[in-house]
Amino acid sequence: MSDLMTLYVPLDSTALAMGADEVVLAIMTEAAARHLDVEVIRNGSWGMSWLEPLVEVVTDKGRMAYGNVTPEEVPGLFDAGFLTGGEHALGLGLTAEIEYLKSQDRLTFARCGLIEALSLEDYRAHGGFKGLEKALKMLPQAIVDQVTASGLRGRGGAAFPTGIKWNTVLGAEADQKYICCNADEGDSGTFADRILMEGDPYCLIEGMIIAGLAVGATEGYIYLRSEYPLCRDILHEALIEARDAGWLGADIRGSGKAFDIEVRMGAGSYVCGEETAMLNSLEGKRGMVRAKPPLPALEGLFGQPTVVNNVLSLASVPIIMDQGADFYKNYGMGRSRGTIAFQLAGNIARGGLVEKAFGLPLREMIDGYGGGTDSGRPIKAVQVGGPLGAYLAEGDLDLPLDYEAFSAAGAVLGHGGIVVFDDTVDMAAQAKFAFDFCVEESCGKCTPCRIGSVRGAELIEKIQAGQAVDDNLALVKDLCDVMDSGSLCAMGGMTPIPVLSAMDKWPADFRKDGVEK
Amino acid sequence: MTKTHEHDRPHLEQADWDPVEAQEIIAPFARLKGGLMEALHGLQQAFGYVPRQSYDLLADAFNLSRAEVYGVKSFYHDFRDTPAGHHVIEVCQAESCQAMGSRGLTTHVQKMLGIELGETSHDGHFTLKAVYCLGNCAVSPNITFDGKMHGRVTEDKFDKLMQRTAGLAKKGENA
Repeated sequence: MSDLMTLYVPLDSTALAMGADEVVLAIMTEAAARHLDVEVIRNGSWGMSWLEPLVEVVTDKGRMAYGNVTPEEVPGLFDAGFLTGGEHALGLGLTAEIEYLKSQDRLTFARCGLIEALSLEDYRAHGGFKGLEKALKMLPQAIVDQVTASGLRGRGGAAFPTGIKWNTVLGAEADQKYICCNADEGDSGTFADRILMEGDPYCLIEGMIIAGLAVGATEGYIYLRSEYPLCRDILHEALIEARDAGWLGADIRGSGKAFDIEVRMGAGSYVCGEETAMLNSLEGKRGMVRAKPPLPALEGLFGQPTVVNNVLSLASVPIIMDQGADFYKNYGMGRSRGTIAFQLAGNIARGGLVEKAFGLPLREMIDGYGGGTDSGRPIKAVQVGGPLGAYLAEGDLDLPLDYEAFSAAGAVLGHGGIVVFDDTVDMAAQAKFAFDFCVEESCGKCTPCRIGSVRGAELIEKIQAGQAVDDNLALVKDLCDVMDSGSLCAMGGMTPIPVLSAMDKWPADFRKDGVEK
Repeated sequence: MTKTHEHDRPHLEQADWDPVEAQEIIAPFARLKGGLMEALHGLQQAFGYVPRQSYDLLADAFNLSRAEVYGVKSFYHDFRDTPAGHHVIEVCQAESCQAMGSRGLTTHVQKMLGIELGETSHDGHFTLKAVYCLGNCAVSPNITFDGKMHGRVTEDKFDKLMQRTAGLAKKGENA
């Protein structure tokens, strides 16, 4: 037998969907036939999704990457001596030198792709639990103040300052408080939460424990969407490992402080990503939104003070505690501090995850990182911030990726999803879909959303059929005004954003035949 | 599509109703705060759907009315009233997949299976479902086939998946 060779093949959903398990099988089979001793480590994804399955080999120069590996290519890779970094058509050189990755600001995702996803030892070897160890020695108020000083804002999309939310929960008097992690990542074009949970689950767990220490909560829940079954399995395993090692439970690493976490599954409902609907769902009820006030920070899960934070808000906390508030705050622009995980999706040549400080122009993200459209055709529309985000036209692409800049332009940065469409897209169909989606996913509690979405879809159909186009367009605008002002939550309140942006920017798409019937 | 009784459709994925088993599934979740969702998931996993007969048991266990139980069950897309087909196919309908041709792919899949989204084929072989985002948007369009996700799905890639499934079914029959 030869020396042991080490390879990395991701266990992440994208890699699996592109055949990673079949590739691992082919590698093991080929290695056995050649009497070579190899071990395959299952890491998370680096986020270079268009290259999945991305196989890495450990060489004395560092980790070398081979992209888009298929089982059929495996024998050829062995022939080319890829185990020692041999040249091959699929070769990408050293992983750390790939420009897409090298030019990012990896703070929250520093370990994604780098470490064996479920290895506590690997996690600790790369800075894991350092933030928590510091937090264990601090007073709750000091932890909250550090998070506030970092400028971290809710990464789920609402961008509310995390420290201020925590401070409210810390100040609330109650026998029991909760930390709820919102892992109901339902926006189309977003997958950063998933990549983090699959690639660095202990980071989320650490962030949640720190949040618990900060506000005096002893119980945490991760509300996970049912479309992410692999996340569930990985989180379950990570929680068992963390508990066994004393990071969770009644006495965290002998500190006398208690915190534990449960995973609860959603059941296919987009609106359950709205925090109050999520809390109802966690209580085993219909996922109906609640009127605010009372704020969940004062009356949340089971009526108790509750921190509701997105996966990435919580996963950004360990590095803030470890490196300090200033370190984090030094990234970004204006009131958008730190980094945000952008996700390039839709019709894009190099789709994937890009963690970057705020402020980069959208165009640079799409062209520089994404490499333009996958089809090679011109870009017509870009939807940023999920299904409730505005459609942006070619002329809007110089907007800096920053919460306030997007707000000022009537757009939404949200959870950082960027979905690109080429010139074959019909914007009337997209406006119709925005209403259809709202019909499908409205919780039904408020009338503007429940009824307005149905009427909106009907109106767009009439417009598409050329019936009284001017009157119906005016009616859609009026309806959007009602939904915007009268809805209980963002589902009905923001559905008008994609609709109106499509109507404003591509009026010709709403006058197909130019004839009034 | 003509409606038939479930027992006339031989290939449906379902287990026979068993109140004792149902009670065993429900009991541990009744002690859990907010455990109704988990109980519904458990029942569907065991029986292939949430049988109507379980509403009484759930209502008792969680101290709710039958109507409240049904209200929760019917709110969520995942919980089925009837068994699914032997193979379940989900095609993503959300924006990122639309940008990569999911509308055309959906039409192709519907033609091939002879059913619309949300339907189960007459023989119980296939259930076709809409899904809104599988979180695999960098390699759109996406589908799941019996729970396994596939990215960058072209019509051709889908046809090959179907052929492989048919081949496996034949092998099973000869085994």
